[in-house]
Order: sequence, then structure tokens, then C-alpha cells
Amino acid sequence: MMNSLIQGILLGGYYALIASGLTFMFSVMRIINLAHGSLAVVAAYALFALAKNLGVSPFTGLLIVLPLMAIAGFLLQRFVLDRSLRAGALVPILATFGLAIVLDNTLFEIFGANTTSLAPFVGSLSYDSIELPGGIYVGVLAVYIFATAVVVLVGLQLLLSFTPIGRAIRATSEDPDTAGLVGINARLMTATAAAIALVTVGIAGAALGMRGTFDAYSGGAQLLFAFEAAVIGGAGSVWGTLLGGIVLALAQSFGAQISPLGFLIAGHAVFFLVLFVRLLLPRLAERMRRQA
Amino acid sequence: MNAGLDFRVERWTIASRAAIAAAAVIVLGLVVAPFVLGPGAMDRLTILFVYVILAAMWNALAGYAGLVSVGQQVFFGLGAYFTIRLADAGLNPFVSMVAAGLIVGLIALPLSFPMLRLRNGEFAIGMWVLAELTHLLVNLDTLVKGETGTSLISLNAFHAPLRRATIYWLALAAMVALLGGLFVLLRSRVGASIQAIRDNEEAAASVGVRVLSTKRLIFIFAAFGAAMAGALWLATALTFQPKAYFSVNWTAYMIFMVLVGGIGTFEGAILGAILFFLIETWFGSSGVWYLIGLGATALLFALLLPKGIWGEIERRWGLRLLPVGYRLNIRSLLGKDGAA
Repeated sequence: MMNSLIQGILLGGYYALIASGLTFMFSVMRIINLAHGSLAVVAAYALFALAKNLGVSPFTGLLIVLPLMAIAGFLLQRFVLDRSLRAGALVPILATFGLAIVLDNTLFEIFGANTTSLAPFVGSLSYDSIELPGGIYVGVLAVYIFATAVVVLVGLQLLLSFTPIGRAIRATSEDPDTAGLVGINARLMTATAAAIALVTVGIAGAALGMRGTFDAYSGGAQLLFAFEAAVIGGAGSVWGTLLGGIVLALAQSFGAQISPLGFLIAGHAVFFLVLFVRLLLPRLAERMRRQA
Repeated sequence: MNAGLDFRVERWTIASRAAIAAAAVIVLGLVVAPFVLGPGAMDRLTILFVYVILAAMWNALAGYAGLVSVGQQVFFGLGAYFTIRLADAGLNPFVSMVAAGLIVGLIALPLSFPMLRLRNGEFAIGMWVLAELTHLLVNLDTLVKGETGTSLISLNAFHAPLRRATIYWLALAAMVALLGGLFVLLRSRVGASIQAIRDNEEAAASVGVRVLSTKRLIFIFAAFGAAMAGALWLATALTFQPKAYFSVNWTAYMIFMVLVGGIGTFEGAILGAILFFLIETWFGSSGVWYLIGLGATALLFALLLPKGIWGEIERRWGLRLLPVGYRLNIRSLLGKDGAA
């Protein structure tokens, strides 16, 4: 019981990590990027290719992959998001979904159908564990991922709140035209925000690859996990996203104890439960106020 | 100057009257086609009908009600699943198909309450989550045997040529009924509301359009149509594997058809389905590259030609074959072809 609770909380760190880029992009650009999960898998495969062919450790590989992800984010904003957003609020959904299909199937074409993992390239880290009081073992890697998630989430928040670039990004998301009047290059700012978002996607991709297996079509599931964590957490705040990830992961690990399919069912179910409650509560409050 | 008087509000044009007549002739031709067509051609046409249904239903949802769903495979899969379930309970398989569509339409009603509260991208992915959850729950049914799946055995009781022709006619009837229903719906008072919502939701609400209940009607209609498509697909394929029916690829196909054909135009969805059918016939065997091509085409259309082929035709030549809106012909100001 205690064990699965702790494992669940740590797994929640991964979900919060992958959700961070999704919510960041949404809060800045009002776009939900449907290629989000696929881009994380692209990063994982890039690290895999570097490790397998050139013997570059995935940690060193991040020094190469993260700048590339930033460039990809910049290009994504310039050529896909910005363009499609001008055609209406619905077009970015279609464009990023098209992109996800292209990415998934291109990965399949290059890397084939086998599942793969970064675990063989990180030495003993994939199985090292520490013993907590009470005979509970937790994976070192899971702790690292959880810590990374906290650092990334807090980092994004600090960036937005206290740095000049963060202020410019917030101003742009509030009102790009007015931001332009006070000398902010709105397009540059949204492109920078997209670059930052994709760096977090790259980190999440590394975490995905190290903590387990993935294949060319894993992107869709990662998108759903990120989205569920963001919605459960109420999106927008650091601790909300972290809490959302943890609630999702706890539901999954308890579901897994009931049935093999329970892991995913319970995760999706808790997402809808939160959604229902959020829809019903304001109405219930309204009704009670009227009766009072 | 009597410029203020010399205008006409028109719906039917010569081209659109001719198009309706041509459509009637084509449908009649398709009805008698089984007497001359070989079994292979009949199966292919059945598949085309299913594609037209899927495109028209997704277009009704996204193009008219402004609801982009990435989870319409939930209704497609459920249509097939309930057909299997009802047929297993002893109901005639053909009756089961229609009944399955109705059940899914009924299920869509309560689902619409939470789902329609979600906005844009949230609705899109929320529907996808719903499809994933439903897929897993269907897997729990012992009749389905997990991902191994099961088949619509009771259809085998029918003589093969009769079975093939019946499925063909059922698919044709479903397509004509759904397209006809949508056409009438869009031209009705509700249709005016729907198109007002598509153009500007806030403005529509401000002039008294009941946005949510109009969207709900389209949501349920699109769910029923997708379920009929799933049931028909099951009838041609005979086997039910949850993974194949609840695959997000179905939505990818729908998006491709509607984006390429022309989102928000009645003719565009049909055109897109025919194009998709041809592309699939020619390139479907090239596997992964085919899917990459579909995704890339959808992406390029979204970026460069968001109104699709038919949208572009409409814009350039003002051609409307199956008119669901009205247009103002101000001849004295713009010449006799003037259209707004």
C-alpha cells in the first residue's frame, strides 16, 4: 500500500514533466499542440540513435538534442502554429494532428516496429534503488525524474514571472498588438516560448526513454497523459500540474492492482471524474446559493 | 437609380438544380448497379459509401458546429461493437446494425453534456481520451476476447451474393439518408443557427441562437452517422478487433477527407471522400509512406489552403451545387454574376 503510493507519486513526476510543456504552450499561445507526445518520442529516438551509433550517453546526448528541440520549436511556431492560428482557432488542432501523423509514421519507417529503451545506455541508473525506512525501495531514476519535473515547473514559473523575456512573453500572450506598440517583437516572443516548450518536451522524452520502453506510436499516449495531468491539475499553476500528474499516476497504480487493463482505465476514469466534478460543482453551488 | 431594388436573395441556381438532378440520377444508377457489377466492384463501392458517411459526419461536427474531434473513432467502434453484441443476442445482423447506430446516438446524448463544455483543443483531445477509455472497456467484454476480437458469425448464414448486395444497398441507403438528413437539417431553421455558430459563436448567441442545444443536435447526429459507418464496416470486414475499430487513424482519415475536400462545405466532404478513396486504392498498399503522405497533405492543406479544394472553387467561381445557405445577388452593383 505504502509502496504503491510512493511509486505512484514518483510516476506522477514524469506526467507533470511531460505536461509542463503542454500547459506552458497553452498558457502562452492558447494552442494545444497535438504533436506534443510525438515530439517527445522524436527526442527519445534521437537520444537512442546517438547512444547506439556513436556511443554518446543519453545525458551527454541531451546537450545536442535539447538545442535541436529548441530550434524545432522555433520552426514549429514560425511555419506551423503562427500560420495556422491566423486561419482560425480550429486550424492549429488540425495542423498539429497532421504533423503528429507524419512524425509517428516517419519514426516507424526509420526505426521499425520494435519497442526500444534508453535504459541500456544509462548504466546502473536504470535499476539502482535506495531503501527507505520500512523496507520500501524506490528507483533512483524515478527520484531524479521527479526532481527534474519540479525544477522544470518552478523554472518555467520563475522565467515567466521575473525575467524580462518572461514579461515580454506574458505581454504577447495577453495582447500581441499592444505588446508590439511598446517595442516587443511578438512573433519572436511566441517563437521563443515555443522553443522553451520544446526543450521541456526534449527533457520529457529523455525521461520517457530512460524509465521504460517506447515505440514509434507512443506519442499519442504521452499526449493523453500530459493532457490528463494538466486538466486534473487545473492547468496554469506549477503545483496544480504536479498534483495533476500525481493524481493521475496514483489512480493508474491502484487500477493496475485490480486488472491488467486497470492501469489505463483508472487513469482515464479519474480524468473524467475530475471533469464531471468540475462541471457539476459550480452548478451545485449556484443552486445552494439560490435556496439559501 | 433603383439600385436598391434590383437584387435577389437566391438559394437555387441553375447549376445547383442541375447538380440535384445529376445526384438523383447517380443514386438511381447506384441502386441498380448490383445487377451489373462484379463482387469486387460492389465491395469497393460499399467502402466508398462508408468513407462518404464518415467525411460528411465529421464535416457536420467540425465544419458546421465548430467542434474538432480527434475521437470520433469512439462512435465508429461502438457501432461495430453493439452490432456484434446484438447479433450475438440473436437479433438479425442487419437489424442489429441499424439498432447499434440508434443505441450509439442515445449514448451520445448524456456524453454531450460534459464533452460540449470543453473548448477547441480540449474538446479534441477529450474526445480522444473518451475513445481510448471506451476501447479499454470494450476489451473487458468477454465476448470480444480482448484484442483477439471476434466476428459477426451470423452474417455467414446468408448466401454470399445476397449478403454482399444487401450490405451494398444498406450502405447506399445509409449514405443517402444521412446526406439527405444533413442537407435538410442544414437548410432548416436549425441549419441557419448552425452556420451562424460556425461563423461566430458569440455573435450567434447574442442574437438568440441556442448554441449549446444546436451543437448537441449535431454531436448526436454525427455520432449516429459514425456508428452506422462502423456497423457497415464490420459487415464488410466480418471481423471485429477493437484495436482496428478504435484506432485514431479513422479520425486521421476523416480529417484528411474534410480538409482536402473543403471544411464547412457540403460538397467538399463528398469530394474529399472520393479523393481519399482513389488515393487509398492507388497508394494504400505502400503502408507507412501512405500514412506519411496523408498526414503531410492534411498539414499542408491546413497551412496553405484551409478551406480545401471545394472552398477554393466556391471562392473563385461562386459555384454551389448543393446549396445549404442563401446568397445575395446584387445585379445592379456587381453585374449579373455578382454574388455575396
